[in-house]
Amino acid sequence: MDIQSGFFYLFSAVLLFSAFRVVTARNPVHAVLFLMLAFSQASGLWFLLNAEFLAITLVLVYLGAVMVLFLFVVMMLDINVDTLRAGFWKHFPLAATLGAVVAFEMAAVLMSGFRLSQAPQITADAAQVSNAQALGVLLYTEYLMPVQIAAAILLVAMIAAIALTLRERKDSKAIDPSIQVRVKARDRLEVVKLAATQPAPAPAVPAENAEEKK
Amino acid sequence: MMSVTLGHYLSIGAMLFALAVVGIFLNRKNLIVLLMAIELMLLAVNINFVAFSRYLGDMHGQVFVFFILTVAAAESAIGLAILVLLFRNKNSIDVQDLNSLKG
Repeated sequence: MDIQSGFFYLFSAVLLFSAFRVVTARNPVHAVLFLMLAFSQASGLWFLLNAEFLAITLVLVYLGAVMVLFLFVVMMLDINVDTLRAGFWKHFPLAATLGAVVAFEMAAVLMSGFRLSQAPQITADAAQVSNAQALGVLLYTEYLMPVQIAAAILLVAMIAAIALTLRERKDSKAIDPSIQVRVKARDRLEVVKLAATQPAPAPAVPAENAEEKK
Repeated sequence: MMSVTLGHYLSIGAMLFALAVVGIFLNRKNLIVLLMAIELMLLAVNINFVAFSRYLGDMHGQVFVFFILTVAAAESAIGLAILVLLFRNKNSIDVQDLNSLKG
């Protein structure tokens, strides 16, 4: 067994184990951490497949951004785990059956329909350019329009996420600047006419006595 | 032992996908784990794409993975935003509580 196969089996074993723990972990925080482990193992597999650019993108974008977002949300929500796991084992037979069906169908396709013995072997690296360069050339020539659309999708997703979760603070003292600019002196200062002398207030003592008698 | 072939990678992808399907059915109530199982499914599909791209010597598969990653990032961002809104309004992320539309 050469070293590449050894790494393949190592990455695959850890990947499958962590994926299993993602769906069975009690604590959602543990599930997110195992999902991060699974993605890092998948990144290792992609390195074995000579897809360096995508492997590094997976680590940077998924582990660095999306999974941390998951972690923030999971830690922010105050979840009662026990109520959420109420029907966990009740659904287990159905889940196991469906998983077995999916795995069996895929195995049937892979073993018979796809004929692994005649599967294409790795072709000698015809291209002498690096993976990132080859991908970049494709992205910026043939796939220029889809790249623009992907950028627009990301922008829309960002605006939508902010617009969904933004809420106006009730105790905010923020003021619209245009109102501040347009303000006039009479809005702020009111001149009230008062007589130079005021009549003395009526004596209060009899009133207090009257209340005490009641 | 034989060296790693395309079939090994496809088997890993298939097993990962099956595990994610099992996860969706096991965690029918917990919306966060549902989102994570969907991420696992996308990862399985991506592994297949990259493996085919390598063994067929065709870079277009990796371009497709690139776009899948983009759309998956957007999807999880909006999904988590909706999750936060849901928790704010219903104080729960149970899927059974999502019955406002009476569907």
